[in-house]
Amino acid sequence: MTASLRRFWAILIKEFVQMRRDRLTFAMMIGIPVLQLLLFGYAINADPRSLPTAVMAGEASTFSRSLVAAMGNSAYFRIVGTAANEAEATALLARGDVQFVVSIPPDFARRLLRGDRPALLVEADATDPAATSNALGALSQIVDSALARDLVGPLAHLAARPAGYELRLHRRYNPEGVTSYNVVPGLMGTILTMTMVIMTSLGMTRERERGTMENLLAMPVRPFEVMLGKIIPYILVGYIQVTVILLAARFLFQVPMVGGLGLLSLVLVVFIAANLSIGFTFSTVAANQLQAMQMAFFFFLPSILLSGFMFPYRGMPEWAQTLGEVLPLTHFLRIVRGILLKGNGWAEIAPDVGPLLLFMLAAMGIALLRYRRTLD
Amino acid sequence: MSTALAIDVTGLSKSFGGPPVVQDLSIQVPVGQICGFLGPNGSGKTTTIRMLCGLLTPDAGSGTCLGYDVRREAAAIKRQVGYMTQRFSFYEDLSIRENLDFVARMYGVPRRHEVVGATLERLGLTGRQRQLAGALSGGWKQRLALAACILHQPRLLLLDEPTAGVDPKARREFWEEIHHLAADGMTVLVSTHYMDEAERCHAIVYIAYGRVLARGTTESVIRESGLATRRATTPDPEALARALRDRPGVEMVVRFGNSLHVSGHDAAALDAAIAAVRADPATVWAADDPTLEDVFIALMGQTRDTLQ
Repeated sequence: MTASLRRFWAILIKEFVQMRRDRLTFAMMIGIPVLQLLLFGYAINADPRSLPTAVMAGEASTFSRSLVAAMGNSAYFRIVGTAANEAEATALLARGDVQFVVSIPPDFARRLLRGDRPALLVEADATDPAATSNALGALSQIVDSALARDLVGPLAHLAARPAGYELRLHRRYNPEGVTSYNVVPGLMGTILTMTMVIMTSLGMTRERERGTMENLLAMPVRPFEVMLGKIIPYILVGYIQVTVILLAARFLFQVPMVGGLGLLSLVLVVFIAANLSIGFTFSTVAANQLQAMQMAFFFFLPSILLSGFMFPYRGMPEWAQTLGEVLPLTHFLRIVRGILLKGNGWAEIAPDVGPLLLFMLAAMGIALLRYRRTLD
Repeated sequence: MSTALAIDVTGLSKSFGGPPVVQDLSIQVPVGQICGFLGPNGSGKTTTIRMLCGLLTPDAGSGTCLGYDVRREAAAIKRQVGYMTQRFSFYEDLSIRENLDFVARMYGVPRRHEVVGATLERLGLTGRQRQLAGALSGGWKQRLALAACILHQPRLLLLDEPTAGVDPKARREFWEEIHHLAADGMTVLVSTHYMDEAERCHAIVYIAYGRVLARGTTESVIRESGLATRRATTPDPEALARALRDRPGVEMVVRFGNSLHVSGHDAAALDAAIAAVRADPATVWAADDPTLEDVFIALMGQTRDTLQ
């Protein structure tokens, strides 16, 4: 028994010594829970408020003015601009500049007073049902109370139930509010981020750990040749993954595919290459494969939480949104959802392709700078 | 052409943030020569070799390798040097042929298929070409590594302890191959701990503490060491060793089974020390040449004394 205790003690001591040697691993063991706490605690919010809203006002009556004011005053809506016509409203929604467009018809006041129950049209970008449902739920309450303030005296009967107007909700891009329409295209980005970063982050560390690095360095090969040679096979792997996900999206989840798959596959190169370059950078920094895995995880965690994959992007506080803006997944999610669900073309996705390209070039640059040509 | 130098470096120094690993080191190796590179563990052999092939940048010093500047023309040197690392550094999850194909592509070897086939044949690897490198025993791994090093027909081979952990037969075959290569005009710098291998070299360089302590042919190194050695055959070597160890003039006492090698730089003092313990008639004394090993250990001891 005492011998057993001694042996157990020997193992225990050894583990602690090894733990102390590997500082980075230890730091990660502390860092990851802290990161998780901060992100989940402060950044995540399943009930997004202050959603950007555009107004398409056909008239400038008291009613429409107080309606817009009431929406702006409510926690859920933030009036950010106006749309002159339906085409402009659609463009705003397609680009994701606004979450809602409120259309007040030209003769709203007149018809309201006449008791015609005029229609108040609210178009929502419902690609992510979770982002809009609470706001839409609160909408009729907000409109009711806004109009009730104006419908007093002889007009009081119009404020009675049923309401003197008709609230028409138009959930665009995902009328039935099917969550999987939003999640499955998003998964494409998440899966690619996870697998691509891990794959290449192990690339150089494996060479180092197995001792093949010295040989590689002794050969007349340039850093960019090594990087491209290591990255391109995984671009292929990425495309295989995308194919599988798209097939599943189409045939298992019946996700609508409105936009061009050609455009999507073009953007995919940039996104995959960006993630692979990050992985390559990690692998030039990490001392061993475990560290590389941890770095990949450290990158993956904010990606999945702050990109708008799991929780509505607009539900997060500003600092978290800024952070999310830096992550390639955020931009890719907008692009892939835009193309598949909204049928977006090049013009609509361009604002998100730019940052993606920038990110890819920066990651590749850092990777090449970090790559050591000697053993110094 | 016989006087041309394949390696010609002077004053090489390198430290890794601590004390210098290599200090003011100069090596000249003529083309076509096999130069043995000897020295204790941690003496700077691997660091020197890595500086020669561009894997490390020297802190100080200059020189050429195959006529290329070791500081500025590392890329050109890499193309014409075959470097065999101390630790096996090929891909264990690739077969022998796949590893060689990879190396051949890296160096842009023309008529790759033919050259790989010929190299496999030359090193007797043809029968095993489909085996994974990871499944090979030490001797076969070493052959694969040598094959990969000579595939692109380098003009200089840098071999870092190529025969460590390899059985005597494989070692002998390996050295046969090295001599064939040298006969074809290849220059070889090979580090080793084996004295018999040192004796197979045209010349040797012995370093310790990052400096060259001796160089030349094995005979000249032994001769110039000035070490005198006496051999005793005795029934009780342990007692004799104890009796001799601390006497003045005795620098080294080494046991070989039933015999004892006693060495010192001052032959007269050594003989005086021996005379004092010569009473036992069962012990037979004879003068002997010091071995290379004796010389090296004596050199190391001297250098350590001057450094401290």
